Amino acid sequence: MKSKPVLTILHRLAILAYVVFALFPLFWLLKVSVTPNDLLYSEGVRMWPSRTSFDHYAFVIAHSAFPTFFKNSLIVAGSTAVTVTILASLAGYALSRFNFKAKYWIVALMLITQMFPLVMLVAPIFKMLSPLGLTNSLTGLVIVYTAFNVPFATFLMQSFFDGIPKDLEEAAMIDGATQFVAFRQIILPLTLPGIAATLGFVFTAAWSELLFALMLISGNDSSTFPVGLLTFVSKFSVDFGQMMAAGVLALIPACLFFLLIQRYLVQGLTAGAVKG
Amino acid sequence: MASIDIQSIRKSFGAFPVLHGVDLTIQDGEFIVLVGPSGCGKSTLLRMIAGLERISGGDLLIGGQRMNDVPPAQRGIAMVFQSYALYPHMTVRQNMEFALQIARMPKAEIDKAVENAARILQLTPYLDRLPKALSGGQRQRVAIGRAIVRDPKVFLFDEPLSNLDAALRVATRIEIAQLKEAMPDRTMIYVTHDQVEAMTLASRIVVLARKGIAQVGTPLELYERPVDEFVAQFIGSPAMNLLAGEIIATGAETVVRLDGGGTARSAVPTQTSDMGRKVNIGVRPEDLLAVSGDGLFSGEVQIVEALGEVTQLYVARPGGGAHIIAKLPGIHPDLRHKTVTFGADPAKVHLFADGRSLLYR
Repeated sequence: MKSKPVLTILHRLAILAYVVFALFPLFWLLKVSVTPNDLLYSEGVRMWPSRTSFDHYAFVIAHSAFPTFFKNSLIVAGSTAVTVTILASLAGYALSRFNFKAKYWIVALMLITQMFPLVMLVAPIFKMLSPLGLTNSLTGLVIVYTAFNVPFATFLMQSFFDGIPKDLEEAAMIDGATQFVAFRQIILPLTLPGIAATLGFVFTAAWSELLFALMLISGNDSSTFPVGLLTFVSKFSVDFGQMMAAGVLALIPACLFFLLIQRYLVQGLTAGAVKG
Repeated sequence: MASIDIQSIRKSFGAFPVLHGVDLTIQDGEFIVLVGPSGCGKSTLLRMIAGLERISGGDLLIGGQRMNDVPPAQRGIAMVFQSYALYPHMTVRQNMEFALQIARMPKAEIDKAVENAARILQLTPYLDRLPKALSGGQRQRVAIGRAIVRDPKVFLFDEPLSNLDAALRVATRIEIAQLKEAMPDRTMIYVTHDQVEAMTLASRIVVLARKGIAQVGTPLELYERPVDEFVAQFIGSPAMNLLAGEIIATGAETVVRLDGGGTARSAVPTQTSDMGRKVNIGVRPEDLLAVSGDGLFSGEVQIVEALGEVTQLYVARPGGGAHIIAKLPGIHPDLRHKTVTFGADPAKVHLFADGRSLLYR
């Protein structure tokens, strides 16, 4: 079927409009971060300042606690993403391939955990973590984030495993592979897109989480970066330039991370396995 | 030794029985084809032999050894799946090597086995390609190659050609026949719903129906001496025509007065006690002849399908009901809406009472 040129143009325009709409806040973030303080309020609304400077970046890196926040966030988001992905791929595989007694109830329970607004859970979780010495600690945050992300990540991984034909494992079993070898050598390589998606999803969720980080952590030493951003808000003023510079810097790891995994996110890895 | 003994094997999924009590002995080197309607359990039986499906009851012996609880890899079998089931992230060579590597075979032997299989199946130029860069026929050959390299005693095929287009199916069918010829001592079990594959490949065909075996025999036995109406109608295409009637003369030749008015003679012998018995006569479409004078029945030709070499006629059944199908050699464009009388050689007329053939009793 040949598409009409007008439709194609409209289609492209719609995509362009969406991309501009989605990326504009990021552009604004970048713009404010390079605007010198004296021009911030004096130039009115402009798409780009008449003069740019990287002073905010220099200050954030050299004179604020931002590097600590950054490091904390990296540790928390990284450990959460890896832990959740390992747990979720094992659990997702089990849900996809095995039939066991309490399967229905486990799935139901996992769904129920997703129903409550997180705010409701802040107090009880604080109560539980406090006597264990896990408040004000990165370990505590990783545990909480892992607990919250495992159910959804499990369902995500399960759907990826469901997409892999069972014939492949049976062929591997006839070839002499144990269930575990079949999982490691056949299934896992084919689930890389799923694993990449789960890693990315959990990493960004943990990277930008504010509520629990704010409630469970006090003091700069173990603050993560979303909490740290609040330190740019003082009683009498907000230092927008530095805040935006910190924000841009915080985007870098997430971008790098997705650059790293994007080749696995491309579908079509299973093409040719079975007649589709 | 690769004889297979299936002794009253049963299978149920939960409370739902799929096979109850299948008995079958397969000799060393046989090519057995399992056929049957959808859901008759033919794939399940194959998967139980492979070890992919638990056996609910009965015993499975391969080469005299009980295999019920032996894992698939240790049964000395290889299986070719309908979906090919190639490992998509591995090259053709890696796909074929996989089983041998798990078995820790020395590298030199693996290479030799893979190259040998690739040569037989004309896959040598494609050894370093991924499955997605192959055509359907090539993929199926890789799947067969993966089975060959393991040098199994028993080959299992689960509808291996049903994903291929017609021309490729014929070519691959011939390749499988040649493969069997090259390995006369290997036992092959083949599931299909394709009549032609069953008739051409099998040394014996097993017809499965109603959760068990309906008949086992060579292709021509099943075609010429079906044990009941089900097998008679299942083997052969289009299906055998059945016409109801009543026995009016017995002896070496039986005479049946058909409900539609005609009279049929059958070479199937009957006894005096069969006099007046309600029976169905069975005549294959290819055995019906257009005759002048008395015949089995007369009817209006309602649909004509000209296939070139033969013409299929759909004839109105006397007294109503499903069409009677006749297959006449050559081209007959002028028969539509004509009333034609059909007869048949008594040797080709089967007799069924209560669904069972009167040949077997």
